[in-house]
Amino acid sequence: MTKIFFLGILVSIYFLSAMSSCQSGEDIKTAQYAVNGQKIYINHCKNCHGEKGEGLGLLYPPLTDVDFLTKNRERLSCIIRNGLNEEITVAGKTFHTIMPANETLTDIDIAYVLTYITTNFGKQDKIFSLEEVQQDLINCK
Amino acid sequence: MVNLFHIRASLFLALAALGISSCQSNTATLPIYGQREPVEKIVDGKTITDTLYHTIPAFKFLNQDSIYITDKNYDNKVYIANFFFTHCPSICPTMNRNLLKVYEQYKDSDQVYFLSHSIDFKYDQPHVLKEYAHKLGVSNDHWNFVTGSKADIYGIANQYLVYTAEDKNAPGGYDHQGYLVLIDKQKRIRGAYDGTNDEQVAKLQKELAILLEEK
Repeated sequence: MTKIFFLGILVSIYFLSAMSSCQSGEDIKTAQYAVNGQKIYINHCKNCHGEKGEGLGLLYPPLTDVDFLTKNRERLSCIIRNGLNEEITVAGKTFHTIMPANETLTDIDIAYVLTYITTNFGKQDKIFSLEEVQQDLINCK
Repeated sequence: MVNLFHIRASLFLALAALGISSCQSNTATLPIYGQREPVEKIVDGKTITDTLYHTIPAFKFLNQDSIYITDKNYDNKVYIANFFFTHCPSICPTMNRNLLKVYEQYKDSDQVYFLSHSIDFKYDQPHVLKEYAHKLGVSNDHWNFVTGSKADIYGIANQYLVYTAEDKNAPGGYDHQGYLVLIDKQKRIRGAYDGTNDEQVAKLQKELAILLEEK
C-alpha cells in the first residue's frame, strides 16, 4: 500500500513538472545539446570568442550576429571542423584572422556546440541535429 | 545590567576590530618579489646593512612602430608586462582581453604603461604586432608590443619570473605562463597575476591602485 502511494506521488510529480515546464520532447533535446555544447564551447572556443560570444576587437568575430549565423548555417559545421582563413564580415566589421581547425571534435560534438552557440548567442530555437551536421560536413569545400 | 555590559563589551570589540582593519588598509603595501641581497653601505661614517632587491635589468626591443624601446622608457613609471604571441590559440586571447580592460581604464593616464613581449621571434615582426595592436583596440603608445632575439626575450622573461619556452608539442609551438607582472617605478616586481583568471585580474586592478598611491 505504501509503495503504491509513493509511486503515485512520483508519477504526479513527473506529470506536474512536465506540465509546468511545458516543454516538448524536441525542446528538451535542444536544451540537452546546448548544455553539452557549453562545455565544448568553454574548452575550444571561449578563449578567442569570449564567454558571451562577444569576440575581441577586430581580432576575433562575435558569435552574436543572427544574420551571419542564419545565412551561413550550412557552412558552420565545416568552419568548426576545418577552421577558416578568409575575409569575412560579421556584425558590420571585417575580420581576417586564421581560425584553427578543430579536428578532435566529433560530429556530435559539433552538433552540441553549434546548438549552444545559435540558441544562446544567436537567439534561435532550432537544434543542430547530428544528421544536419553530417550532411553539411559532406559538402565542405 | 549584565546585558548592558555585554552590549558595551561587544561594541568595544567591534570598534577595536574596525580600528585594526582600517589601520591595515591604510598602510597596505605590496610585497617585493624576487631574490634579495644584503649590502653594506657607509652612511655618515657608520656601516649599515641595506637590502638590494631584484630589479628588471636593462633591455632594448623593437616595438610595433619599429622604434627601439628600452628600460629608459619605463624609468619612474609603473607598468604591467606579459608574454604572448599573435597567433597563440591557447591562453593569450583571454590574457590580452583581460589586460585590455586594465588598459582601457588607464590609457589616458601617464601613470600606467603596458609592455607585451612576443615569444614568437620568427613570425611576430613589428608590422604583425602593429596589426595585432590595432585589431585588439590599442589606440595609443602606452601599450608597447615588442620583439627581439630569442635569447633577449626568453632571457628577460626569466627576469620577470615568467616561464617561456619553444615547444613543438604546445599549441601554436610555444609554451608560456600567462602572468601579468606588475612593476613599480624602481623596476621591482610587486605582483604577478594569472591573466586568464577573472579574480586574479580584479586583484591586479585593486593592487595597481595601491601601488599608484606609493610615493
